[in-house]
Amino acid sequence: MTGTWPYVIAAWLIVLGAFLGYAVVTILRGRSLSRQVPPERRRWS
Amino acid sequence: MTTQIASTDEGRPSASAPEAPTSTGSRTTRVLGLATLVGFALLVLFSFVLSPADDNQGDAVRIMYIHVPSATLAYTGCFLTTLGSILYLWKRSQWWELVAYASAEIAALFTAVTLATGMLWGRPTWGVYWVWDARLTTTAMLELLLLGYLAVRRLPAEYSVRAKRAAVIGLLLVPNVIIVRQSVQWWRTLHQKPTLFSDGLDSNIEGLMLFSLFLGFVVLGLFFVWLLIHRFRVAWLEEQIADTGLDAAIAERRAEAGGVDAAGRATGPSAPGAPTLATGEAQP
Repeated sequence: MTGTWPYVIAAWLIVLGAFLGYAVVTILRGRSLSRQVPPERRRWS
Repeated sequence: MTTQIASTDEGRPSASAPEAPTSTGSRTTRVLGLATLVGFALLVLFSFVLSPADDNQGDAVRIMYIHVPSATLAYTGCFLTTLGSILYLWKRSQWWELVAYASAEIAALFTAVTLATGMLWGRPTWGVYWVWDARLTTTAMLELLLLGYLAVRRLPAEYSVRAKRAAVIGLLLVPNVIIVRQSVQWWRTLHQKPTLFSDGLDSNIEGLMLFSLFLGFVVLGLFFVWLLIHRFRVAWLEEQIADTGLDAAIAERRAEAGGVDAAGRATGPSAPGAPTLATGEAQP
């Protein structure tokens, strides 16, 4: 069943890549937006 | 996941108020993020090293440890979107509307991942990447519905208009999820029956394979919550900026029309201490 390994690796790379990419974009957008919003409107608890 | 504004004195941060964060992160998200990273390392270890190959599917079964949890969390995101949509339409709760919006985007990501991993699992087991099978087709329709929700939510319009239109689409998500989930029971399909709970509480796998699958649920579940908190806060910030922009535009129009009161003070939302349109809270 060595022929299945490329599919397994590709599936995992797609998942990890998509998750990492989306997480990075979300974090960077949050940082960018935080600079534009007054401090009293961005207090997380 | 709460978004609160610290107590202020006429809109100004009080002396005891903590310093405002410069990102959407907080102690909770940092702990969750660390747990997620450790969890992903463990999941890779269990999926690739410790769990055995399947008797029938061989190593292709290792895709299951991310495919099945991704699908389940996509359904969870759809459920949250429908719940948030109902509560927005009923109570006009902006908090729940933003939960629905954030959940829909994350559900779209998880559904796309489910489709991609399913195709890569299908090729070595079925011999094809895609067939117009009931499960695959209904899942693709779910993804299209989520993308439609997101498109309508981002249309340029007043907040209440786009939120209401998106919420109506959000109501359709849970019925669609039920169709996706039951498709392998209602129709003859190439897709296998559910791995877990297809026959009562019995599962079709056991031992380390079962443990690895549950670990996948836990790790992707942690990641889902972490993402949801961050995406909710991003959505919150987006709406704050939209409010500020609207306030500024109205103030500009009033200034153009000679917007000063009898005492010669500036009027309108940009005036010191005046409430904002969206929140009714005093501005510094």
